Amino acid sequence: MFLLQANTTALFNVADLQLIAPELILTVCACLALVMEVILPYRKSKLVAWFSLLGVGLAFVSLGLQWWSVADSLPLDGFYGMVRIDGFALLFKAIFLVGAALAIAISTRYLDIEGEQHGEYYALVLFATVGMMFLACGYDLIVLYISLELMALTFYVLVAFTKREKRSNEAAMKYFLLGAFSSGILLYGMSLLYGIAGSTNLGEIGHSVAAIVSATPLGEATGPSLRPMLLLGMIALAAGLFFKIAAVPFHMWAPDAYEGAPTSVTAFLSTGSKAASFALYARIFIEAMNSMRADWAPLLGLVAAITIMVGNWAAVTQENSKRLLAYSSISNAGYLLLGLVAGNSYGYTGLMIYLLVYTLMNMGAFGIVISLRRRGIIGDNVDDMAGLAQKAPGMAAMMTIFMLSLGGLPITGGFIGKYFLFGGLLQRGAAEGKSWYYWLAGWAIINTVVSFYYYIRFIKVMYLGDRIADDKPLALSPALQTALGVSVAGIIFIGVYPQPLINLTQKLIAPLAAIGAVALK
Amino acid sequence: MENNLLSLIIFAPLAGAAINWFLGRRLRNEKFIGVIACGAVAVSTVVAFYLAFKSGGALRSTEPVFDNLWTWIQVGKFRADFGLAMDRLSGTYALFVTFVGFLIHVFAVGYMQKDQGFYRFFAFLNLFMFAMLTLVLADNFLLMFVGWEGVGLCSYLLIGYYIDRKEAGDAAKKAFITNRVGDWGFVMGIMLTFFLTGSISFFDKPAQGVTSALQTIAGMSAVDPFTWHAIFAGGVTSIAILLFIGAAGKSAQIPLYVWLPDAMAGPTPVSALIHAATMVTAGVYMIVRCSAIYTHAPTAMFVVAVIGAATALFAATIGLAQNDIKKVLAYSTISQLGYMFLACGLGAFTAAIFHVITHAFFKALLFLGSGSVIHGMHHEQDMRSMGGLKKYMPITFATMLTGWLAISGIPIFAGFFSKDEILWRTWSAGTFSLPSPPWSKALWFIGALTALLTAVYMTRMMVMTFWGSERFREKHVDHVDNASGIHDDAHHDDHAVHEPHESPWLMTAPLVVLAILSTIGGFIGVPYALGSLAGLHPTNYIEQTLGPVIAKVPGGKTESEPAAAEPIWLSHPPQTTDSAPAFVSLDETAASHSAEEIHGERLLALVSVAIAVLGIVFGWIIFRRRPLLALPRILENKYYVDEIYDATVINPINAGSREGLWKIFDVGVIDGFLHTIGEVVLEGGRAIRHLQGGFVRAYAAIILLGALAVIGFFAYYGVHAMRLLP
Repeated sequence: MFLLQANTTALFNVADLQLIAPELILTVCACLALVMEVILPYRKSKLVAWFSLLGVGLAFVSLGLQWWSVADSLPLDGFYGMVRIDGFALLFKAIFLVGAALAIAISTRYLDIEGEQHGEYYALVLFATVGMMFLACGYDLIVLYISLELMALTFYVLVAFTKREKRSNEAAMKYFLLGAFSSGILLYGMSLLYGIAGSTNLGEIGHSVAAIVSATPLGEATGPSLRPMLLLGMIALAAGLFFKIAAVPFHMWAPDAYEGAPTSVTAFLSTGSKAASFALYARIFIEAMNSMRADWAPLLGLVAAITIMVGNWAAVTQENSKRLLAYSSISNAGYLLLGLVAGNSYGYTGLMIYLLVYTLMNMGAFGIVISLRRRGIIGDNVDDMAGLAQKAPGMAAMMTIFMLSLGGLPITGGFIGKYFLFGGLLQRGAAEGKSWYYWLAGWAIINTVVSFYYYIRFIKVMYLGDRIADDKPLALSPALQTALGVSVAGIIFIGVYPQPLINLTQKLIAPLAAIGAVALK
Repeated sequence: MENNLLSLIIFAPLAGAAINWFLGRRLRNEKFIGVIACGAVAVSTVVAFYLAFKSGGALRSTEPVFDNLWTWIQVGKFRADFGLAMDRLSGTYALFVTFVGFLIHVFAVGYMQKDQGFYRFFAFLNLFMFAMLTLVLADNFLLMFVGWEGVGLCSYLLIGYYIDRKEAGDAAKKAFITNRVGDWGFVMGIMLTFFLTGSISFFDKPAQGVTSALQTIAGMSAVDPFTWHAIFAGGVTSIAILLFIGAAGKSAQIPLYVWLPDAMAGPTPVSALIHAATMVTAGVYMIVRCSAIYTHAPTAMFVVAVIGAATALFAATIGLAQNDIKKVLAYSTISQLGYMFLACGLGAFTAAIFHVITHAFFKALLFLGSGSVIHGMHHEQDMRSMGGLKKYMPITFATMLTGWLAISGIPIFAGFFSKDEILWRTWSAGTFSLPSPPWSKALWFIGALTALLTAVYMTRMMVMTFWGSERFREKHVDHVDNASGIHDDAHHDDHAVHEPHESPWLMTAPLVVLAILSTIGGFIGVPYALGSLAGLHPTNYIEQTLGPVIAKVPGGKTESEPAAAEPIWLSHPPQTTDSAPAFVSLDETAASHSAEEIHGERLLALVSVAIAVLGIVFGWIIFRRRPLLALPRILENKYYVDEIYDATVINPINAGSREGLWKIFDVGVIDGFLHTIGEVVLEGGRAIRHLQGGFVRAYAAIILLGALAVIGFFAYYGVHAMRLLP
């Protein structure tokens, strides 16, 4: 602060720092966590976990204050338009913080079991969260790309965190190679966009794109145009992001990485990273390229349809529960894409709510998987849950709720999310008079039925499995139990009384919905 | 008027239930659990009385007290609030439900002591109070239905409370399933109401933009014609009939009454609270609440009246021959409920509510008394093994004596006024809801006959229990105890004779309070004709209070409340409480009662008294001498109705489900279809699995191919891919 004030020719307004206060808090906490790790003896490493949790809590408070103080003057731009704080960003940041807190809570016990209780783990989680949060509020391609890489790089390390585990290393390697590959594609798309628009600011890109699109009316050959170039850029961006959210056919890394990574990292990877990628997706495609909806909506719709199918069908045959959940996560990416395809208030509301609920239920499901793990025994197979209902009825009941919510049964939050996602598609179909939206929604619903097969398989194994896996107590810790309880409570609350969340979400994403709702001609 | 205290009435018992369920099960401290349970209901009671009687309260103004908690569901035109409303009707109901409920809770603390599931029992009992009060105070059909299902659930849980007894579980299932039949009717009725009126609310609430479904129907000028076709026409009569199906399920009317006698498998306080005083009268409440619908549907009212009268007589005959003390009371309850429906069917809605209240007093008293007897007899409930108990249980005996006189219809006691009111209204009913005038006389005859039988079987019960030889000293004969079988195994290990003993004060105190209410409770509804006989001009409080909120039968007998919306007694507060209003000299306009009418009413009252006395004398003469007199088999076996249901309904459904639905449709059609789909999906999954070889180079190639495919797609078709899509 002192330095900044001394330098009167500072290039940015000090007040802008307030805009990124939660990120600053997290960054400071992450750095402190690294220092603590060096100072503290190994057996006290867990203190770092509590400290990180505190950091997340502080960031959440600061986010809340931010929302409370600037709610009426949104959106706020800062750092010369590099950062934009709006309802969309606030909501996503809240989801990331919830995810980070749950991830830390379910990690402590797991790392004990693995014998890898190191403080830098929590620092890395915090750094990844910072990356995610900038993905939500970045409004400039440079910021967005750097944030994406910050998140991705920390995740490469986290996936390899159980360094003595061969599978963990292999998973990290695959993830890293393919991630770098896809980053290249993404960056190529970004550079094309920059070349066309002459700016890295999303708003300005949006204007340029709109101008180019309107200059190229449908079906008329009007000489040389930037339109094909734009299309190529869009495809490259879409492909890069398909990789990040693990959509088919860019999903191949996900099952291997999810299976090999430490389970607590898998949980965070499948929720936080996915949500952040969706934030990026929504930002770029809505703010910068909405005028190209006619091009990208069918592409996303097609990919969503394939993703939903492949994710669900492949999950049916899996025996390893982490791998099964990985495919489930792929199929959920497909459902979430439907929100972008719908591109209206319902669709975005569905995207937001489903991401929040998805964070809760996936964290919960992986939390249960963690609780089954003991040193030397992996406990990752679906059949390892046999007889869980007798051994730990509370755990089994919670797992049942997570599974039913993932399947989208009413009175769970999963239902509310899917309801809005599918409802958005139907509304868009009615608004544009296009029937393929209906077919897409129908296809998604049919595949939801398929998904029940493998979700209910967990329930069946837990309650009807005749073999009690063993009678050793579960690897529970208060933090893990609290995380599970919070997840269950959140899912049920959102499912039973969703109105407050719906109202809040619709209010916050109203500007985006206004952009997306411009009907196509 | 909006008052947030209202929600405390329902949420206090809910909190009690939660505390006992989560904390009580850990503590296992009966004193703690009992205090929490009774305290929660006491809070409800106090709040209910406060809200009803404070200035501008529910019973003192025509404005209901509202408490709109939140908008529960709003989809298009359909709106259901989680909102409570206490008007004069629901206020009256809430008062006696909370008060009687409180007494029964206190009794239960004594009755259930040292029971394994003490916390469970009181958690359920409090939960029941929550559901019942939600039912009563709901301001719309849907929330009422929530309460309706809630009481059904609690009833199920409490009937099956003795989880180690198969017959308790069976009885619970029977109650639940039979009620489902009624619920079907109720739900259909609600849907049809919404379909016709676009609202499901009971009240106009301009602030929320809600209009009342009942007002809308009342605003329909035309009354459905008295034809049988109207039932299936999808109009007001159809609503009324569907709602009555619901009421018949909950209030145990023909043909859905079969669950109530079996429900006696639950603990006795449950029988008193749920299966006598409160829940089973929910059907009556619902019909009176919907009086605006019924007064537009004379055909439906006729059905209600006939079913009510038939049930009253039918159940009374069965009650005559039962040997289990609780079964006698169960059939008596069904029979008395029949009276209430008879009154509803003839448009005498206030009389029905009046009888609900007095019945709550004396039937709760009789059930609790029988509970006290069962407790004192060490869980024996066959009256053939009792006898001569008045010496051992003087308080129980004295209190049950008042209950007996009240239900038999001896003047001064509460039951006399309400039952006499119903009989008089039946006799003098107009032809609005009846095909021809003789019908009212015929229904009156059935009612009078039922009154006679009531006096006889109640006398039999009292005589077998309290007078005569002390049969419990005789060696336990292995009598076939007609499947009642509520015997605590713990008390059967030795066959030594247990001396009966009086129950502790926790149990007798509620008995005494209820006995007082059974004696004087009837004075809230003394009709002018009888009051003036004694030279007094008492006010008929019950009619004055409820009159303004209940729809009138057009052209029929008008109920004799003054036109003023404010009841007289409220503008001149009586010096005494409502228990002794007879001495308040408030002049009721004699002009509203013609001399001829007064004469007729007095004469009929005399006939009622004669019938009651005759019944008691008759019963005394027969059963005092031969308490074990065998009665016709067909009565003892309840007309074989259960067997008939088994043969005609249950077994065919079972067989059809097993042979048809399961073996052919489920296994063949559904499973076959699904297995085919499942195979396809599984094969697809395996194919996808093969792609996942684990080599990064393959993955990268697939990504590249995917990207190239997309680019190729656009390169080939050009921009605006949307064109290609339908």
